[in-house]
Amino acid sequence: MQAPSDNQGRIAENIMYFARLLRSAGLPVGPGKVLDAISAVRLVGIGAQEDLYWTLFSQFVNRKDQRELFNQAFHIFWRNPHIMERMMGAMLPTIKVEQEQELEEMSRRLTEAMSSGSFSGKAETDSSKVEFDASFTFSEKEVLQEKDFEKMSAEEIAVAKQAISHLRLPIADLPTRRFKRAEKGVQIDMRATLRAALRSPDIVPLKLKTPKRRRPPLVMLCDISGSMSQYSRMFLHFMHAMTNDRYRVHCFVFGTRLTNISRYLKHRDVDVALDKAALGVKDWSGGTRIGACLKEFNNFWSRRVLTQGAITLIISDGLDRDEGDGLKKEMERLTKSSRRLIWLNPLLRFESFEPKAKGIRAMLPYVDDFKAAHNLKSLVELADVLGSQPSKQADIPTHFIEQVA
Amino acid sequence: MPLVLPNNIDDTLALLSQEDYVADRSLATTLFLALKMGRPLFLEGEAGVGKTEIAKVLSAALGRRLVRLQCYEGLDIASAVYEWNYSRQMIEIRLTEAAGAVDKQGLSSDVFSSDFLIERPLLQALRGEEDGPSVLLIDELDRTDEPFEAYLLEILSDFQITIPEIGTIKAKQPPIVIITSNRTREIHDALKRRCLYHWVDYPNAERELQIVNAKLPGIDSKLSQQLVAFVQRLRDQDLFKSPGVAETLDWADALTQLDKVALDSDTIDNTLGALLKYQDDISRIRGSEAAQLLEQVKLELANV
Repeated sequence: MQAPSDNQGRIAENIMYFARLLRSAGLPVGPGKVLDAISAVRLVGIGAQEDLYWTLFSQFVNRKDQRELFNQAFHIFWRNPHIMERMMGAMLPTIKVEQEQELEEMSRRLTEAMSSGSFSGKAETDSSKVEFDASFTFSEKEVLQEKDFEKMSAEEIAVAKQAISHLRLPIADLPTRRFKRAEKGVQIDMRATLRAALRSPDIVPLKLKTPKRRRPPLVMLCDISGSMSQYSRMFLHFMHAMTNDRYRVHCFVFGTRLTNISRYLKHRDVDVALDKAALGVKDWSGGTRIGACLKEFNNFWSRRVLTQGAITLIISDGLDRDEGDGLKKEMERLTKSSRRLIWLNPLLRFESFEPKAKGIRAMLPYVDDFKAAHNLKSLVELADVLGSQPSKQADIPTHFIEQVA
Repeated sequence: MPLVLPNNIDDTLALLSQEDYVADRSLATTLFLALKMGRPLFLEGEAGVGKTEIAKVLSAALGRRLVRLQCYEGLDIASAVYEWNYSRQMIEIRLTEAAGAVDKQGLSSDVFSSDFLIERPLLQALRGEEDGPSVLLIDELDRTDEPFEAYLLEILSDFQITIPEIGTIKAKQPPIVIITSNRTREIHDALKRRCLYHWVDYPNAERELQIVNAKLPGIDSKLSQQLVAFVQRLRDQDLFKSPGVAETLDWADALTQLDKVALDSDTIDNTLGALLKYQDDISRIRGSEAAQLLEQVKLELANV
């Protein structure tokens, strides 16, 4: 680039700030894109705002669900002449501008992105990726790993949510009846062998094939009753991360009734997805009727979603308003139709946890794994469990079983 | 002798009833449209409501060959579309070599020709017969997996199959395609979009009675009325699996075999296994619940 004139220099600078805003709001905007955008704006020329909008749009947006975020960011950034000063203020930790009020209407992520400068107290001078962990030292992250979701501050929750969004569940793959070619296969691939035989002069080189493997479907049932309210938010983020990591994931939430939220969570943008899910669910933070909800699941959904070797994950504290009425029968059916049934219970965090509640006693004999789920560490451990044991294999602390029996 | 396709909905209904299939008008309409427009018919519904039967009836009524592809998880091209006859190919290669003439290029095109091809259902259906295109039944599509579904897209939209060694085989006349699904999972929109969709519901009492009488002509009329009314009431109960039409027919057959002319509690309890297939459901209905339903049925029939 040649030395730009004064005016052009400012535009380039503004585009850079704009790109930084987009990036911290989660759009994948790399430095290359910024350079492209600057030259694109130069090509188009600085004229109508609409031209600028679509020029930048063409550079920074590459997926449908990014449009709204871009739209908001654009209007906030380019329509408001003072926003630049604000941004600068936000970037420089010494000048802190009261900005909450005006930013009220903005997307939560955008707001967070705009205030991130003052929040972290660290201005990014180069174009490295802005990520949550840039603002936390290693040891702080370690502490957060162990911290109970219930005891987290708003800020820590935000960081934990970010960490959850990067979480992956490496569920052990299952062999299918399909084959793929492989050097060290288990069967002879006749088609490939014959073709090779025709090519080679004297010998018939054996070509082998091996069964393809594929991930089994994952079905998650999350308790959103009052006793779980601190945790269910986190688990919604968890379910969103899982839904977008793999296909064939079905998510349900239950309190007094069962709601299928798989379709809402398919939206890539976590805020939009959770907002939509929130609108679709009517029984937030109410009572729990686990038995009735599982019955509904068994009767209407299990035959549709628990196919092809599905793994079921129940996230609940097992505290049931109906005192475990009818729960036993439904749990039995559920465990018979799942390849593996895993129960995540936040209550298990207490050293002295004992399966006293009737709901817990009814459920426990039927689950294959019984795991704590109250902090980041336990979720990461869950990944290890799922990755290592592919089939039904009870993993419940034995003294619980004795107590139940 | 190939029979002509029906020209209107009434013809379609007549065609089906000629083969003892009692259809309601909505199904006949969709079927008529599918035949006229040359589009696949996508039938979804609970197990045992007569989805598969439609294809069989259609092939019988139209005098067309029925090609059936039963889907299962991991169904692949080798068992659904075509496979090479490897042993014949090997023998051919050995023979050619023994004769001394080794023209690799010629040999390659020889052994990968249609003589060595084993046709599986989809390819058979596209090839067609002299007496008109066949009826292709793709049964329980929900049992297979997404990759196979995607493969079907080409076949269902263009009615052609590409075999790398030979080329593209296109149907002269597209087959009549019936796809069924029990909805154990959702079929992708892309596939549904190419088909005409119909949800096959449980029949109402009147239609179910017609079906029983059509399939079991010798049945006592009082018995058939009672058992149909009983099954209809059973479907209103909170069951894990409600009985389908196939179960009604099984039960009717079972009762006729037992020489019954009317329902009674004992008989119901002893033959409930023909209707209900889950132990939970059976233990719920057997005994007092069944007796109560029977009382209601008798009352209802007495009032008519």
